[in-house]
Amino acid sequence: MAVNKFPVEASHIMMFARSVADDNQIYYDDEYAKTTEPGTIIAPPTFVQASAQFDPDYSLRPKVGAPWFGSGKEPSGIKRESSGGGGGGGGLHAEQHYEYHRHPKPGDILTGETKPGKTWEKEGRRSGKLVFSESITEYRDQNGELVVTARGVGVRTERPVDQ
Amino acid sequence: MALKASELKVGDTYSECLVEDLKRTQIVQYAGASGDYNPLHTDEVFTTQVAKYPSVFAHGMLSMGMTGRMVTNYVGDGRLKKFGVRFTNQVWPGDTLNATATVEEITEEDGETVVNLKVETTNQDGATVISGYACARVDA
Repeated sequence: MAVNKFPVEASHIMMFARSVADDNQIYYDDEYAKTTEPGTIIAPPTFVQASAQFDPDYSLRPKVGAPWFGSGKEPSGIKRESSGGGGGGGGLHAEQHYEYHRHPKPGDILTGETKPGKTWEKEGRRSGKLVFSESITEYRDQNGELVVTARGVGVRTERPVDQ
Repeated sequence: MALKASELKVGDTYSECLVEDLKRTQIVQYAGASGDYNPLHTDEVFTTQVAKYPSVFAHGMLSMGMTGRMVTNYVGDGRLKKFGVRFTNQVWPGDTLNATATVEEITEEDGETVVNLKVETTNQDGATVISGYACARVDA
């Protein structure tokens, strides 16, 4: 994954804050934000996850003219192999870690460069063989300064997780 | 308001209810804001018939995002230095989640006073859905 241009915008921060039911006005009101310690609207802690919006190749977004695996007339828009189905598309999320060098704010234009990390396997009690893979994304600002380092771990399961 | 090291002690806790009776609409809202449109989160037909789960379930990142709200409400705006979690159980529509931060250590790091917190989010059955940590700058 590479995100070449992730413009941080106040309206996007507002929508993101709403979606995590966070009514801290620092995410909504620039006048209020001036009275806070950061002195500006900032992004909520997990906001850089929304860089997916600016990844042209992001696989979990329907694209014009391309088949989509969600339901329409049929339960899935594409034929899929029956094995390894536990993750649906792109596996499940096992871990997420962030290190904040500073907090993004409206006006920032971030880039995100992702590098693969470790991979490992484990036998899962509820889902068969688990294959974990780590990726590290460095978000840098318009001046090339590191803003957020994100480390994600994804897992593919042999079958859906038993409930 | 920022935390003060002099007023913190190991074992202090802060808790919030993150959501009561999680609605599918909130999961849709998160899909739209984050850009993660995996049908497992919003498409009941695909999720039950193709992926074979009992229903759609929340993005792990929605639970982490709501847990982050508890953390920033506790440590104050712009104070967070690190935040990481493991997703230990799925979160389903109808779940009620509570999150707790527990002070583990107050220390110096890079010339700043910081608090290290253990972070845990549980559902209405007491099962842990998120297990993690946060580190935040505090006043001396």
